[in-house]
Amino acid sequence: MGELRAYAALVAGQWRSVLSYRASFAVETITNIGGTALDVLSVIVIFQAAKHVGGFTLREAILMVSLSSCAFVLADFTVGNIDRLKTYVRAGTLDTVLVRPLGALAQLLIVDLPLRKILRLTLGIVTFGVSLHVNHIGWTLPRVLLVLSAPIFGAVFFGAIFVLSASFAFWWVDSGEIGNAFTYGGRDFTAYPMTVYGGWFRSVFAYGLGFGFIAYQPGLALLGRADPLGLPPWAGYLSPLVALVAAGLAGVVWRAGIRQYRSTGS
Amino acid sequence: MTVIEMRGLRKEFTVRVRAGRLRRTKRTVAAVDGVDLGVAEGEMVGYIGPNGAGKSTTLKMLTGVLTPSAGHVSVCGLAPVPQRTKLALRIGVVFGQRSQLWWDLPLRESFMLLRHIYRVPAADHAARLRRCRQLLDLDEFLDTPVRQLSLGQRMRGELTAALLHGPKVLFLDEPTIGLDVTSKQAVRSFLAELGAAGDVTLVLTTHDLADIERLCHRLVVIDHGRVVHDGTIEALHERYGSRRRLVVDLRTPLPAGFTLTGATLATVEADGHRVAFDLESAEAGTVVAELVAAAEIRDLALVEPDIEDVVARLYASAVPREPAPSRES
Repeated sequence: MGELRAYAALVAGQWRSVLSYRASFAVETITNIGGTALDVLSVIVIFQAAKHVGGFTLREAILMVSLSSCAFVLADFTVGNIDRLKTYVRAGTLDTVLVRPLGALAQLLIVDLPLRKILRLTLGIVTFGVSLHVNHIGWTLPRVLLVLSAPIFGAVFFGAIFVLSASFAFWWVDSGEIGNAFTYGGRDFTAYPMTVYGGWFRSVFAYGLGFGFIAYQPGLALLGRADPLGLPPWAGYLSPLVALVAAGLAGVVWRAGIRQYRSTGS
Repeated sequence: MTVIEMRGLRKEFTVRVRAGRLRRTKRTVAAVDGVDLGVAEGEMVGYIGPNGAGKSTTLKMLTGVLTPSAGHVSVCGLAPVPQRTKLALRIGVVFGQRSQLWWDLPLRESFMLLRHIYRVPAADHAARLRRCRQLLDLDEFLDTPVRQLSLGQRMRGELTAALLHGPKVLFLDEPTIGLDVTSKQAVRSFLAELGAAGDVTLVLTTHDLADIERLCHRLVVIDHGRVVHDGTIEALHERYGSRRRLVVDLRTPLPAGFTLTGATLATVEADGHRVAFDLESAEAGTVVAELVAAAEIRDLALVEPDIEDVVARLYASAVPREPAPSRES
């Protein structure tokens, strides 16, 4: 309980810090909306060229891309800035985080909470809502629960990938942009129906690494469509399982990384 | 009661060294190489050593930032790394070169945030803050954002921040680095007062030996990861043969071949009108009496040995050991 209040106080402190630069906050907030809009636009552009892609119509595909995007912006908002870990490791400033009586990961997430991305998050949620509306979904209780949980577990999954790729910095200080290949690459992969990919590539990323269970499978379950690739209907409800496995793995790697941390001189 | 305990504490780092055009060899370097130390409750310990001696690395192992490679370490009865968050509630840490305050917020708000982070009851927090405000003169800049504070003001803020949760042990890593004389004195007298109260154990690293002379009864000198001296400043002088010096201004030079019992002639200046004797543990009084009887004296001064000299000699005499056996990678 006390710890939760401590985290809440930290978030409030971060908010006040940001507001000490009001003008730049306003500008950054507005320019940040662009990202989500681009995600959706790129799918629409593809459907300008072909009526069907991978056996799905534009509307159906937009449901998947907006679910993927919604999960990603939620993860990007809460966990995304963990990629700044490498600067903390390089400068040794992680020391000050480690001498406080709170979890290191939670502190870093709050200190870097990108409040300027809040409109982008809102837009992501709105887009997802619109895509649900245009698809005329036959609502049942499981589907209602799925609609509420899929973006959250998708965000947990993307968040785990953010943490995993940021943790490279503990072993390899000069990890540069290597983590982005997994985070942004994963998001772009997830945005399309899995049927557009082929062979081993699909097997590895969609099923081996679990990206297929974040937007594609829940999307099928919401639309009430059978999986052209042959997985049973309940596969649409597996995102919590996939997300928690990924989060557990990220937690183990993170803790190992903290113990590996070398700090810097003085 | 022992608050801090280290037994055979060791920290190794792997350093990659360029060897030839593409090959790089790995070498293991021990930054801390088998340190055994115990610190009792209420003690004030000064930790000194040349750059790279292992001071900060030791401090970081004590505060749970770094995992030791080998050996045992406990602080307040806790193992620093596995029980890091629990330990954090009982210790305070000040890094001279790293701020723990919120850069964009007024100092006052940093203190409020720390109250929540450390879950301090409001009354205790207010009482401690009041005391720090008095002793460190915080009032004039309490509402200034931290980024606009001078280094001296910020350091006073950092000290307060480290103490608001009433820690049992306070670790200070170069707390006076870069400060001007006035700020240094403010920090020192504050720490002296804190130590005199006796409820906080103080461990500080520094390059400024005046910090040690002013604050610490016990001095630990570390070099190449090993403790080379552990004891009082006096013991250090005794061990390295630094002696008090009697400087005398004379009306007429001393006769050739003049000697004093219990002192040796060290220097002769100004055509013999100024001489200095090193005292050999004899009482200064008897030496002065003998001198007054033999010569006409205008002025005299008794100079205490300079700790800077002793430490400089100590650093110079410590021979670097061979690096640990290297492995090809």
